Amino acid sequence: MSLETFIDLTFTGLVVGAIYGLFALGYTLVYGVLRLINFAHSEVFMWGSFAAVWVMMLLGGRTGMGVLPAIGLLLVALVAAMLVSGGVALVVERLAYRRLRAKNAPPLVALISAIGMSFVLSEVMGLRDRIAGWVGLREPLAPYVEKARENVSFVNPLQSVTLFSISGFQVRSTQVIVLVAAIVMMVGLDQFVRRSRLGRGVRAVSQDPEAAALMGVDKNRVIQLTFLLGGLMAGAAAVLYLMHIGVTKFNVGFILGIKAFTAAVLGGIGNIRGALLGGLVLGLAENYGSNIFGSNWKDVVSFLLLVLVLLFRPTGILGESLGKARA
Amino acid sequence: MSTSATSARPTRPARRGLGDRWAALPKPAKIVVWVLVALLVYALPLLNPPILSTPDSDFGSVMFTVASYALVALGLNIVLGYAGLLDLGYVGFYAIGAYTVAVFGSLHGKVPFVLLIVLAVCISTASGLLLGAPTLRVRGDYLAIVTLGFGEIVRLVFLNTEWLNAARGITNVPRPPSLDLFDVPQLQWSGFTATVDLGTQSTFLKFGLLDGIPYYWLALTVIIVVLVADVLLQASRVGRAWEATREDEEAAELNGVPTFRYKLLAFAMGAFIGGLSGALYAARTGVVNPETFIIQLSMLFLAAVVIGGQGNRWGVLLGAVVVAYLPERFREFAEFRVLAFGLLLLALANFRPQGLLPPRRARRAKAAAQELEELEHSGAASGDTKEGGIRA
Repeated sequence: MSLETFIDLTFTGLVVGAIYGLFALGYTLVYGVLRLINFAHSEVFMWGSFAAVWVMMLLGGRTGMGVLPAIGLLLVALVAAMLVSGGVALVVERLAYRRLRAKNAPPLVALISAIGMSFVLSEVMGLRDRIAGWVGLREPLAPYVEKARENVSFVNPLQSVTLFSISGFQVRSTQVIVLVAAIVMMVGLDQFVRRSRLGRGVRAVSQDPEAAALMGVDKNRVIQLTFLLGGLMAGAAAVLYLMHIGVTKFNVGFILGIKAFTAAVLGGIGNIRGALLGGLVLGLAENYGSNIFGSNWKDVVSFLLLVLVLLFRPTGILGESLGKARA
Repeated sequence: MSTSATSARPTRPARRGLGDRWAALPKPAKIVVWVLVALLVYALPLLNPPILSTPDSDFGSVMFTVASYALVALGLNIVLGYAGLLDLGYVGFYAIGAYTVAVFGSLHGKVPFVLLIVLAVCISTASGLLLGAPTLRVRGDYLAIVTLGFGEIVRLVFLNTEWLNAARGITNVPRPPSLDLFDVPQLQWSGFTATVDLGTQSTFLKFGLLDGIPYYWLALTVIIVVLVADVLLQASRVGRAWEATREDEEAAELNGVPTFRYKLLAFAMGAFIGGLSGALYAARTGVVNPETFIIQLSMLFLAAVVIGGQGNRWGVLLGAVVVAYLPERFREFAEFRVLAFGLLLLALANFRPQGLLPPRRARRAKAAAQELEELEHSGAASGDTKEGGIRA
């Protein structure tokens, strides 16, 4: 492959990988604290993406508006997506996990509960035209709810310009924004968990829930907090994903969720920095793989990578630890 | 924690419920009842019972679908219910079975039908062993994700391989050889009065395009064979080894159960039945297409097992009926079916994790746990043993 293709693959791989990493944080945080795979996290992401699309429609975002209003609109969409995703994540915790936690149910039951929750969340979105019809809002909300099972596109008001080019490959501003924003978010979260009082609670519960409870940490609060944090990050990932890809769908979360989970496992599930690393590695592997085997095989490459990692190094590259990360 | 009320409760006199009366029947009577039930189930699509029958689609075909789900549910029940392994990619084996029949029967060969079925189960069992051998060593929740990846990889490979006709799928899949012995009329109902409808007849064992009933009979026969094997297997040493492995793998290993081997056996048996069901499916529909074997199908299979009651063969059959039959009966709500199953899974996991028909073992285990707790309760009064019991 030519140098240009190589740089192209590397750069777009990093951009996609950063989104995976941001999305993966939700899996990693919940796993770190509860030792459970939050199967419904993919739908948290999906709801965030729809929130962003709708906010953009509501505020009349269109291509070719001024740079400042465009940035403002994107920020509003970002906040909306994060809030919605965070809210949905809290709903997941409340409906799919809390009861089971109180009963000390085995992990498989929790997984099935989360699978059920994931069905419900994605189907509610996929049937939103019907559901709006029941409450008589189908007409007024038509632009938002019609074609519920098809792709919905996101209008990015910020025009992408070529910033500079490396040996023929043009670096676009959107890509740089996505990459930088994702990394800033992750560093922020990492610092929050490492330095803040609440973050200390999260680490304490993940290290030793009983001892943490004895030290006065409210376990339920901490668990809610981890779901909320994961949800906020998934919402941000959703907006960045939309800026990069441009469309979403009621079942977009499924494949992306598996990839984000792969990223989390790859880096070491339960490890925040691992999620970023795993995401970047996965993004690169996927891009190189699809160049070698053809783009149809992209998903096969990432699934195979997941299987291989789980078989040969189930603790991931950096090892699994949320609590054991040096404080 | 047991309260004084439960520990003081006197042992109830055994109620003579349906189960006890059934158990008290002499063996010949039981066999007669079983045969009658089986005949009734065989005759169901001919009888076309008014409320059961599906108004919007051919009842015989619906019954075949139900039967193929039931077969899959029995297979997945061995993996999930008996051995306790969560397999989210079960559709992979189903797809492999279907594709084997299609590839060697139509696309790249003209292997006779019986041999095709043998080939299909061999290949799907081999794929089960191949997948299970490395992956069954990983933790339970990881296994779920690995198998999910497997199911998706199988579909993507079928979708992207030109040798397998890629997205176009394979047509002209061979049907089972027909026997054409005699015709059987169906009943026609108006209200609750039945008339024999000589216009629509099913030819006994003519595997054609339109009539689904012979396929239903075939699938039902396979189910009965699998059920008998299932009963024998679960009651055998193997069944007990699975139960021990599922309940506490380390304890089982310490007691000399080669847990890995038994898990692999369960996985292979599950793959065998999944492949068989897939092969029947391909023979019925005559076409296979990668789009049929999406991962959501795996989730529906899982829903059948979990809703019915994992570990109880009658439970999972009931679950299969719920998952496959209800959406066909209530066609107008068909688009809500995934939503409904999601809600059902969520509700069951939270309120009734053993499913609609929990296995007898779960009830037995519950009684045993209560007994143990009572013992512990009386032991705690003398102030010991509590500590040792908790840490594993």
